[in-house]
Amino acid sequence: MKNVKILGTGCRNCQTTRHLVEEVAQAKGVAIELEKVEKIEDIMRYRIMATPGVVIDGVVVHSGGIPERNKVESWFDLKN
Amino acid sequence: MLRGLPIVLIFWVLAYTHLTELADISIALLHLERASALGEAIYFFCYEVPKVLLLLIGIVFVMGIIQTFFAPERTRALLAGRRLGIGNLMAASLGIVTPFCSCSAVPLFIGFVSAGVPLGVTFSFLISAPMVNEIALALLFGLFGWKVAALYLVMGLLIAIVAGSIIGALRMEQHLEDWVRAIHLGDAAAPDNTNFNWSQRIAAGIKHVREIVGRVWLYVVIGVGLGAIIHGYVPEDFMVTFMGREVWWAVPAAVILGVPMYSNAAGIIPIVEALIGKGAALGTTLAFMMSVIALSAPELLILRKVLKWPLIATFVGVVASGILLVGYVFNWLL
Repeated sequence: MKNVKILGTGCRNCQTTRHLVEEVAQAKGVAIELEKVEKIEDIMRYRIMATPGVVIDGVVVHSGGIPERNKVESWFDLKN
Repeated sequence: MLRGLPIVLIFWVLAYTHLTELADISIALLHLERASALGEAIYFFCYEVPKVLLLLIGIVFVMGIIQTFFAPERTRALLAGRRLGIGNLMAASLGIVTPFCSCSAVPLFIGFVSAGVPLGVTFSFLISAPMVNEIALALLFGLFGWKVAALYLVMGLLIAIVAGSIIGALRMEQHLEDWVRAIHLGDAAAPDNTNFNWSQRIAAGIKHVREIVGRVWLYVVIGVGLGAIIHGYVPEDFMVTFMGREVWWAVPAAVILGVPMYSNAAGIIPIVEALIGKGAALGTTLAFMMSVIALSAPELLILRKVLKWPLIATFVGVVASGILLVGYVFNWLL
């Protein structure tokens, strides 16, 4: 089970990113626990400068703009 | 991807140099004459829509490539510790080329301030980034020509530089929210996009076109459509009485009207262009546009999370005064 956090104040890019992550994880058969981090104070703890950000198991893997699909796929490739 | 590019480029140039023919053919196919109101409106639509969309695609593509050279983290490193003046000039210029979306305004603001970018310099960036954007520039260029687009660019930069300098000189650091002042980020999370090769930069340009043009094309079509109706049906000089250059209150009214409207340059500029054809003054309409884009109520609400009211009020006051001045100067000059 991977813990995935989507950091963003709720703009459209953040929602698109969330749907993309959900969709790719499901297609890859990876179980994820998805969390939305919407409070700006909490977002800033991850020290990103642009939203949406994506955090997987505590590591920032993306910030700013909707990630490319193949980038999202790479997050769920390694089995761990 | 790289191999397809020359073909797209040739097609782009061919289409852009044959806009009049395209519009003529469309009119002929519909059995209309340009002399009639309907014919004129449809001709306007068939000429302007392809022109504006082509320019938008071209400029957004180039901007998408340029932005790959300026990650926010890099811009911040360039600005950290800069003095007022040169710092404001750099911040306003970097605001044009650094990728920015208004929903990221707060993380970016905190990222800048906590890394030692002075408050006034940060504001220069925050004013210029949304106001001088590629959509506004592409549409102004398409509908008004390069002179007006260049004037908009220069005036937008000037407002950002001067307003940021004033806010910096007022030393308003104590009007940041307390939790913001307590944050010391040090380095932000490492950017994962610093090393692009050229095919990735071009891919980024295409992605930028897909995102931006995909989002705004419908507004452009609707905006030009409304513009076409105004163009064909509204009598000449209709706008002179309340948006002409002789009307002193038109500029402040335009600025106030612009604040609650959310930035959608794509839909507004074509309408504005049509209104100017009917006697509205350019300065008044530019002031309206700048106000819509630079002072949007939703963005102010987002900024309220990090700024206390006195700083928000100063920000709005300084920027609005700058826009007013630009409006009057344009009306007077042109």
